[in-house]
Amino acid sequence: MPEHRTTADSTTAGTTDTATAAGTATTAQPGAEPLTIGGSTFGSRLIMGTGGAPSLEILRSALLASGTELTTVAMRRLDPGTQGSVLSVLERLGIRVLPNTAGCYTAGEAVLTAQLAREALGTDLVKLEVIADERTLLPDPVETLDAAETLVDDGFTVLPYTSDDPVLARKLEDVGCAAVMPLGSPIGSGLGIRNPHNFQLITERAGVPVILDAGAGTASDVALAMELGCDAVMLASAVTRAQHPALMATAMRHAVQAGRCAWQAGRIPRRHFAEASSPVGGVADLDPERPAFR
Amino acid sequence: MRIRVNGRERSESAGLTLAQVVAGVTDAVGGVAAAVNENVVPRSRWDTTTLGDGDRVEILTAVQGG
Repeated sequence: MPEHRTTADSTTAGTTDTATAAGTATTAQPGAEPLTIGGSTFGSRLIMGTGGAPSLEILRSALLASGTELTTVAMRRLDPGTQGSVLSVLERLGIRVLPNTAGCYTAGEAVLTAQLAREALGTDLVKLEVIADERTLLPDPVETLDAAETLVDDGFTVLPYTSDDPVLARKLEDVGCAAVMPLGSPIGSGLGIRNPHNFQLITERAGVPVILDAGAGTASDVALAMELGCDAVMLASAVTRAQHPALMATAMRHAVQAGRCAWQAGRIPRRHFAEASSPVGGVADLDPERPAFR
Repeated sequence: MRIRVNGRERSESAGLTLAQVVAGVTDAVGGVAAAVNENVVPRSRWDTTTLGDGDRVEILTAVQGG
């Protein structure tokens, strides 16, 4: 039995009664509407990674606090000496697994890794990662697009890690990717979103969910992503390597919701000068020379 | 014959199946996939897949990552 209920599960179409008992809300809270990727619906807009957590118990508490319903794992050679399994943690929490192709440098490697993940985990979802460079871990756009096309044809629901290039994002969508996952800044850097304008260009015209992938360092980075129109955020290090992972996971959960509310609410335009929020007229005719103390 | 399992070369007698190789590494019933010479072999065919000299076997599972 999963330890937490999903928002999607508790949503009952056509019901408007607001006087329900706590924990059985009939509609999603503002900013927490379900997210649909391919044919799958998730009650949380926060996708978590499992890398970097100091222990499975700390990971478990962070995942629980995050409210995530979709979480990545990597595929590696089986080590008979490994104690405990990340899969059993995810299973106990009722979280769906999203295998990635981290560590792949070519389309061929990524496709085989995705096929092995599908065989091992029984899911068509794959977070496609084809990196070009060990130091920056930046994606290889040519290999990524090539692998994406092959995997889509092979029936996968492909979520590609990509640069923040609006043209590439569009091409990935055109070959049938179920979402695009532009990086805010290099993986694990915590540098936030280096090019917010590009994110806006991507979210404005995307027909599939846009998910910030990589670079989030703290809650404000996540809120900004959602304010720019992202549909979800994926992060790992910002939580798993924080001093208090579960507390940071809580912050991230709220940031996703707050940022989405702000985006839906429509922010005020930026202005060069002030615009008074108190009435300009009706001010008393007072003596400007009047001393403050008398 | 000589085969490589997860990058490690070893000597085996002819007739060895993929199922036997995997069983020597793990007793897990799920969460594991195997490829022989870069081709995925579904679990349902592990019993009937006989390995030959020079075959390269990769046995993967999910670990913390991403």
